[in-house]
Amino acid sequence: MTSMTEPPAESFRLSQLIYDTRYRSMTIQVVAFILILLALFWLGRNIVSNLEDLGKDFDFGFLGSRAGYDINQRLIEYSNDSTHARAALVGILNTLLVAVLGCALATVLGVIAGVLRLSNNWIVARLMAVYVEGFRNIPLLLWIILIFAVMTEATPRPSDFRGDRPEASMILGDSVAITNRGVYIPNVFFTRSLGGNEMAEVTDSAEATVIASSSGLDWFVIILVFVASILGARAIGRWATAKQEATGIRPAGAFWMQVGTVVVPSVIVFLALGATLDFPGLRGFNFGGGIHLRNSLIALWLALALYTGAFIAEIVRAGILSVSKGQTEAAFALGLRPNRTMNLVILPQALRVIIPPLISHYLNLTKNSSLAIAVGYMDVRSTLGGITINQTGRELEGMLLLGLFYLVTSLVISGVMNIYNKSVMLKER
Amino acid sequence: MKKSVFLGTIAVAGLAAGAVSAQTLDEVQARGELNCGVSTGLAGFSAPDSDGEWQGFDVAVCRAVAAAALGDPSAVNFVPTTGQTRFTALASGEVDMLARNTTWTFTRDVDLRFEFVGINYYDGQGFMIPRELGVTSAMELDGATVCIQTGTTTELNLADFFASNNMDYEPVPVETNAEAQQQYLAGACDVYTTDSSGLAATRATFEDPSAHVIMPEIISKEPLGPVVRHGDNEWGDLVRWVLVGLIAAEELGVTSDNVMELAEGTNNPSIERMLGNEGEFGPILGIDQDWMVNVISSVGNYGEIFEENIGEDTPIGLARGLNAQWTDGGLLYAWPFR
Repeated sequence: MTSMTEPPAESFRLSQLIYDTRYRSMTIQVVAFILILLALFWLGRNIVSNLEDLGKDFDFGFLGSRAGYDINQRLIEYSNDSTHARAALVGILNTLLVAVLGCALATVLGVIAGVLRLSNNWIVARLMAVYVEGFRNIPLLLWIILIFAVMTEATPRPSDFRGDRPEASMILGDSVAITNRGVYIPNVFFTRSLGGNEMAEVTDSAEATVIASSSGLDWFVIILVFVASILGARAIGRWATAKQEATGIRPAGAFWMQVGTVVVPSVIVFLALGATLDFPGLRGFNFGGGIHLRNSLIALWLALALYTGAFIAEIVRAGILSVSKGQTEAAFALGLRPNRTMNLVILPQALRVIIPPLISHYLNLTKNSSLAIAVGYMDVRSTLGGITINQTGRELEGMLLLGLFYLVTSLVISGVMNIYNKSVMLKER
Repeated sequence: MKKSVFLGTIAVAGLAAGAVSAQTLDEVQARGELNCGVSTGLAGFSAPDSDGEWQGFDVAVCRAVAAAALGDPSAVNFVPTTGQTRFTALASGEVDMLARNTTWTFTRDVDLRFEFVGINYYDGQGFMIPRELGVTSAMELDGATVCIQTGTTTELNLADFFASNNMDYEPVPVETNAEAQQQYLAGACDVYTTDSSGLAATRATFEDPSAHVIMPEIISKEPLGPVVRHGDNEWGDLVRWVLVGLIAAEELGVTSDNVMELAEGTNNPSIERMLGNEGEFGPILGIDQDWMVNVISSVGNYGEIFEENIGEDTPIGLARGLNAQWTDGGLLYAWPFR
């Protein structure tokens, strides 16, 4: 039986596009694609024609013109003669500052609260439950405003520190002042700076920026030395472990050698640069000198950290619960104390579950920092997205740039966190 | 097929584009209500009273325009706007006009594509400071912390003033007047700066107004007036001539009390033309012939509005000053109805 039925001639009819399952999904996708393109085209066309009706052009030239307004918290040199682009940059740095501070504190709070919520101690576990539910279920904006209101209404005014019998006094040996305008803490500056800035510049009280006017070069050198010494300490640790594995005895003093490697070089650099503390003190209307942590920064930072920390606590708790109880029992059977069990056995395994949702909460925190406007914190939403747009009338351009900034920042954060996630992921070979 | 999709798209886009450029007056009349952008609350200028009714000097301008365009001063939908949101609200068509202490500047008029129809209050930027600080002049404010509303001309004037006098300051940006008041009273800033009329209005709402002084220095010129979108000249003309009418009525002695009487006929041709007994001014603007009668009978003339809301007999207690008629040495000078 070698006869074969001839395959039917390939005849194609238009109706096959809908009724033939071979083509149908393709048809649907093509139609959907065209519709999406049309919608995009319509939106773009709408923008162009509306801009024409309003008589506005599309131009980013405003970024180069003089801003004309002042910004209170600036991490880089800025005055009202600077450009709008510079003002946007100041705002971007302020956003990043509060995002980094917020993520760090939220992680610490979240891990502590998440672990403690699983504690066998009834009071501690319930307290943490109250914290988590309280912060998770009340809008972030309310927390920001509440903390800000407490900071401005309940703390003394700078004028209360004045006089022979002041109503308020500085704490920690007259080094820290908590006022309704913010917290003033001592600042480190360098008398033998590499950047060549002299004392005169540092004592300029008006320059009360968060990172005061010390040369960035000095800090860069210090951080470099610090990172190098940590790498050195880890090398010593590896050497000691190798020795321990070979001989069974950990070399005496390995721990102190590590501590020394971390601390000594940094201290030497500090002394070499002539580090001195600049204490805040009353000058004119306000405190001068030191570092001025404004209430807006503190309120935003604490609110973001406490709020996001509550979510992270739940993630951490879920991560820990996802590790089988057998792991804990096995660790106990080996004689590990609960503390070490948590640090060496449970948390490393829990991290695999914790990291992915943690990324999205870091992103949330960064984007939520745009609520800064509620307390007048000059983030990028307030400078570029607020005053600049308002003074130049470039809403479309400003909002596009603002969106682009948040997009890029979020992608960078999730990119970095994904790399970290890869390193803790279960290694499959 | 390609062609029809293309044509369809063009048609859709064309329809979408048409919506914005329609005539504001027609829209307002079709809607039966005027959308008027006011401030979020500044006593005497625009603030809701205890019954929730908006009252004030700026609010009266909205009501006057509604009385002219619709014959009903209460047909106004008040839209509170902040210094930052006001221009977007106007440009997007959310409001038909702004009557909210907005300074007439070159950039706003020319670059931001708005139309200032006139000036209803000549103002200047001042500073308010608690009396206990013992400061008597703005030149002593070196190092002060200053509360400032963002998105305003005062923000720029402040930067210029301190820079040109070689002084330093710490700006505390706030969104609204209410927020500024809270911060100032809590002592989070030493000084509050805004238009001096705004300072007087804000101070009047304090528990103890006498504990705060307004510095003698006025550091800027702030001509405040109603704003409409650029490009719709008919609507701009209407708002402009309502404002001029309010000012002219005071000059001509037409008040809310005697307007009905005068509308029946007088021997003053200027009043005759303004009140619509002569000429066709209302229909030329596209509204009723007795539009000014509606305006004056519902809100009064400029002087009446001023005295009722912010004048010397009110808690705000502003003197007429620059805002007196030109015949009394002020700057108010109504153009002729002719």
